Amino acid sequence: MSEKTFRQALNEALLQEMKKDENVIVIGEDVAGGAGANGEQDAWGGPMGITKGLMPEFGRERVIDTPISESAIIGTAAGAALTGLRPVAELMFVDFFGVCFDQIFNQAAKFRYMFGGKAVTPLTIRTMYGGGLRAASQHSQCLYPIFTHIPGLKVVIPSNPYDAKGLLVQSIRDDDPVIFFENKTLYDDLGEVPDDLYTVPFGEANFTREGKDVTLISMGKTVQLCNQVADELKKEKISCTVLDLRTLSPLDEDSILEAAEETGRVVIVDESNPRCNIATDISALICDKAFSSLKAPIKMVTPPHTPVPFSPTLEDMYLPNETKVKNAIQVTLDN
Amino acid sequence: MQLNREELLKAYTGMCLIRNFEDRVHDEFAAGELPGFVHLYAGEEASAMGICMNLNDQDSIASTHRGHGHCIAKGCDVTAMMKELFGRKEGICGGKGGSMHIADLSKGMLGANGIVGGGPPLVCGAALSAKTKKTGNVSVCFLGDGASNQGTTAESINIASVLKLPAIFVVEDNGFAEATSSSYSVGGDIVKRGEAYGLHAEKVDGTDFFAIYQAAKEAVERARKGKGPTLLHIKINRIYAHYEGDALTYRLPEETEEIKKNRDPIKIFKKRVIESGLLESNQLNAIEEKTRKEVDQAVKDSKEADFPTEKDLLTDVYVKF
Repeated sequence: MSEKTFRQALNEALLQEMKKDENVIVIGEDVAGGAGANGEQDAWGGPMGITKGLMPEFGRERVIDTPISESAIIGTAAGAALTGLRPVAELMFVDFFGVCFDQIFNQAAKFRYMFGGKAVTPLTIRTMYGGGLRAASQHSQCLYPIFTHIPGLKVVIPSNPYDAKGLLVQSIRDDDPVIFFENKTLYDDLGEVPDDLYTVPFGEANFTREGKDVTLISMGKTVQLCNQVADELKKEKISCTVLDLRTLSPLDEDSILEAAEETGRVVIVDESNPRCNIATDISALICDKAFSSLKAPIKMVTPPHTPVPFSPTLEDMYLPNETKVKNAIQVTLDN
Repeated sequence: MQLNREELLKAYTGMCLIRNFEDRVHDEFAAGELPGFVHLYAGEEASAMGICMNLNDQDSIASTHRGHGHCIAKGCDVTAMMKELFGRKEGICGGKGGSMHIADLSKGMLGANGIVGGGPPLVCGAALSAKTKKTGNVSVCFLGDGASNQGTTAESINIASVLKLPAIFVVEDNGFAEATSSSYSVGGDIVKRGEAYGLHAEKVDGTDFFAIYQAAKEAVERARKGKGPTLLHIKINRIYAHYEGDALTYRLPEETEEIKKNRDPIKIFKKRVIESGLLESNQLNAIEEKTRKEVDQAVKDSKEADFPTEKDLLTDVYVKF
């Protein structure tokens, strides 16, 4: 066990799984970088350096730089998964899914059902999401609700380095198509990560704080935010439960209901746009199955129904933050 | 042409089986017996058979919404296919796929596809599997003139060229994308599009089984030897409309009659093998009859087969969830 960054945790998961299973390949734009040029041959290792070092270790046959052709990348990975490989494709920013969504939701996600259970599609698509880097409307979105909506897909959203490695290993080994969401502001976060291979199972949410007054439900980056708020409110004698969903599909309904029933006051913090997002989905679930245990209306902390703005001033207003979460908690407590 | 007698009989049997299957589906649909959307391949049989007779079960194909012919040519079970069209539990996809999603991975049939241009990226993936695992297998994508205009096709042809994939793109240009003529919708030239991306590309007469077989043979050899992808532009004819129920008003009735009379690949094949003394007419007539009976039996079995149950609705979404 040693302290590693989120980035190192992901890199280690890929490296170790590729060593273990020769059917695992990595494919995407600049996953090595430098193909066909005269400079460094592993120049980028992915736009954020997640796949750095894989090409020198495994060669270009297994770490495949592609043209900027998202449909071809994702479709090639889907077809390869259907015929015996275990590809990890990189869709650089989830915002780019608009140019390849057919291959994800009409093809990979549906093979198994359409073909009457005969197909196995062990495809992992890694992608970056989230605001905070002033990357504006086409490089900052969350969009995980759209994938969660699709039967046949699994949606994974780690919040810390330990889960990042364990969930990525599980994603690669999983026999269904998985969309793996990495928050672009978490890559340098440090955490304890075992050196050996391990998995974190899907559909098992993690209680990161245990409290009795309010339940905060979070995913990916908002887990950290909720933990911070919980730690601060402790000084004010308000104790919060924080639930890290870890995977949005499958969804750990039991833990959500348990967490809601324990306190009767629920705040859901979701960085995706407010209509038909994870917060509304979970809110509906709790209302449907644990309504009588609620002591106050469920509050949702989300961005407004706007694209992600560029100006730092505007983006800061757009994103969930401590003040917004605290205000929501206060409203539930006042009820 | 080096085809032996047995191979010629196989080609004719396959083409007749496809034709009888499609003719019967046409009738069953008209009689209100079949649910959903069906798109018939009649008139294009030489392409499916000419290509697939060069492939084995380990080679893969991706198909289109007009996929019955490709499925039969690749070896899918005709009765299981027919049961699928009738929505029965014993259908080739358990009644969950229907006409546009027939697949049999054990035969290398990666699926008909309801999305125009859905197949080309997937074929690149199957070809990548073959290349990575060094199996020597090839992967063929059937697509239409409509799909030739999709971005996925352009992306796939480029990535196949860049990665030197053992892939073959077979553009079956039947003259119409739905109701719009390919002479209107295809800018430039399909062969030149392939060449522009560095593929070996050629135009082939879709009524001539032998020409298709030969072009496919060369393309498959090229792919197996690691010499990169090929594009074949097959000029072909659709006897029926885009989908069953389409009144075919965009084509003149005499054009359809002319296709049936002069451009039917099965009639052309039959005439050629008889005239050249390769096969005899009574043999061919017997094949026509035998395949018709096979389809009759498939329809009978399908109508007697059970429908899926409520339990089946929820299975096969995930391997594990």
